[in-house]
Amino acid sequence: MSVDVPAGQSRADAESNIPVPNQRLGIPEFLYTGTVFDEVTRGQTEEIIAKYPQQRSALLPLLHLVQSVEGFVSADGIAFCADRLNLTIAEVEAVATFYTMYKREPCGQHLVSVCTNALCAVLGGDAILSRLSGHLGIGPDETAGEPGTEGSITLEHAECLAACDHGPVVTVNYEYYDNQTPESALELVTELQAGRKPHPTRGAPLTDFRTTEREIAGIFSDLADQVNAPTASEETLRGNEIADRLRQTAPSMPESYEMPPLPERK
Amino acid sequence: MTSSGASNEAGAVVPPSGPDDTPAVMTPVLTRRWASPQSWSIATYRKLDGYTALAAALKTEPGRLVELMKNSGLRGRGGAGFPTGLKWSFLPPPDGKPRYLVVNADEGEPGTCKDIPLMMADPHSLIEGCIITCYAIGSQLAAIYVRGEAVQAMRRVAQAVREAKERGFLGKNILGSGFDCEIIVHAGAGAYICGEETALLDSLEGLRGQPRLKPPFPAVAGLYARPTVVNNVETIASVPVIVAGGSDWYRQMGTEKSPGPKIFSLSGHVTRPGQYEAPMGTTLRQLLAAAGGMKDGIPLKFFTPGGSSTPIFTPAQLDVPLSFDDVAAAGSMLGTTALMCFNETVSVPWAVWKWLEFYKHESCGKCTPCREGTWWLAQVLRRVVSGRGVMADLDTLTDAASNIFGRAFCALGDGAATPVTSAFLHFRSEFEDLVTGRTPPVIGTRELVGAH
Repeated sequence: MSVDVPAGQSRADAESNIPVPNQRLGIPEFLYTGTVFDEVTRGQTEEIIAKYPQQRSALLPLLHLVQSVEGFVSADGIAFCADRLNLTIAEVEAVATFYTMYKREPCGQHLVSVCTNALCAVLGGDAILSRLSGHLGIGPDETAGEPGTEGSITLEHAECLAACDHGPVVTVNYEYYDNQTPESALELVTELQAGRKPHPTRGAPLTDFRTTEREIAGIFSDLADQVNAPTASEETLRGNEIADRLRQTAPSMPESYEMPPLPERK
Repeated sequence: MTSSGASNEAGAVVPPSGPDDTPAVMTPVLTRRWASPQSWSIATYRKLDGYTALAAALKTEPGRLVELMKNSGLRGRGGAGFPTGLKWSFLPPPDGKPRYLVVNADEGEPGTCKDIPLMMADPHSLIEGCIITCYAIGSQLAAIYVRGEAVQAMRRVAQAVREAKERGFLGKNILGSGFDCEIIVHAGAGAYICGEETALLDSLEGLRGQPRLKPPFPAVAGLYARPTVVNNVETIASVPVIVAGGSDWYRQMGTEKSPGPKIFSLSGHVTRPGQYEAPMGTTLRQLLAAAGGMKDGIPLKFFTPGGSSTPIFTPAQLDVPLSFDDVAAAGSMLGTTALMCFNETVSVPWAVWKWLEFYKHESCGKCTPCREGTWWLAQVLRRVVSGRGVMADLDTLTDAASNIFGRAFCALGDGAATPVTSAFLHFRSEFEDLVTGRTPPVIGTRELVGAH
């Protein structure tokens, strides 16, 4: 930890002359960036910690928070979380490597996730991923363009995104773009690359990966506005549509009823 | 179950009058506000009777609310179907120290897509349910663990908490009752295993989300080792309506042992996929009739009654009443009523391989059968679907699946073995045909490179 590590290098790079031995062993590495987390982030950190009865519960949100600052979780982000929560680096790294949403490589302006679980895949998810992959010239978990610059895109295949009635599903920064085809997904990505932000089919207006990550950390701005984006899709309201059209209802509730007594003590 | 390839071997009982294909009748209870303008706002919620159940509950002794929940017969909507009132009653008597309600909103089981629309469309029903439940179990803090990716659902729930607090439904001395309650909205970070209740608790404590050995059960030692109730979103959202209508009213819907309405999520090769709230015990045939049937008229080949972890059914089970007991009696599980429907064009071995890639990715690594077994299953399945399998692979699959089932730390292992064993039960010939070359490989070698 005491080694002076140039930005963009891993600890193994810096500490040893042997070229990145840990990578060969499959031990995950976190990049050093030299980022100093500012007062705003520190304030947000305190706000998050204060929500919980025990401070360690704030670790997952804090990792989202440092990711929102840097676009990924760096060694500096890990050290920051460890410091704020009185944990060791190893304890924080163990958590950061467990969860898929924490990225260890700098992420693009947008994170495009394509569901390739069985159901979405059979409806076209695999074809969407391969079309996007071909267009961007990258495989899953790679980034097209310079991370962080406008129009840069990280592509990933995702497991079930819990929108199966809208399949095949693509999300951009976790906002839903439902019922996609290879063509519509390609158009979406082309727009993103051009710096435009098509509106999600369900969800708030698109921002970027880092802004969304801050919200996931629990730091919201303009929450009252953002919840206003429509989400009631045709699929979500299918049952309601039938009930409305055929005047079907649940049995009506009684005016009053007798609350059951307490069970007798044995 | 041998090489005939027929799918209708599991012998469902068809009534003499023929199958009932009348469309399912909708009973909107949990979904009844979803189509209203700004359904997520507190204004809409209150206009449609919102927070009236809370006022009534706060005038009732907590123990009587637990009894009410027992009498209603409500069973957990997260998949296991455990009686909710009974779960609440397992908490030890109050000792003056904290106890918690934790809501499992980590929806991620493949096919399951009901809780996120619920939180988006009617977050206040979840909030009101949380407050009533906390009151009933003597807790002053609820944590809603929302799947990390579900950002719009999280915003709606977070805003609902703010609105409820502003109106005095949350915070100190709620509605002058002397009862205090707070709700934390917490985001996960992308781990399916955190849907398992004890893994969820570890994750909420800031650890890797790995299941705990039970006992002790969360009712005794849950969050921060204190008595904790963990319930699913749909379960907690059912609490206000049961308080409002009573258990007799609730039992007018559904079956004797699985009362109430249920949100059925139809997906896949269906003309009109989506959310359909109908009484427990409705059949897939009736739901499909309401949903316009199979897409383009291509017949159904197989479906999951409750997500990919539940044994697959074939058209022979179209008339099984979708209730916890009926589905179990027919050899599967109701799970989360995630009805993924696949038509005749879909290769069963391919779907099973895709699912196993998922379980492999999501296995937490804590126990050996699941950690190693899911890797082997995925690897062998990949070989089979790419046309490079040998007959012995099929025995390896059976062997590995049966060595995972019942031997893993939590239900993820069982869930991973299930697609393999149930596919072998109904469609073993499809696996054999891929090995013998009678059917061409489902995936080419090119597609394998870089896949997963």
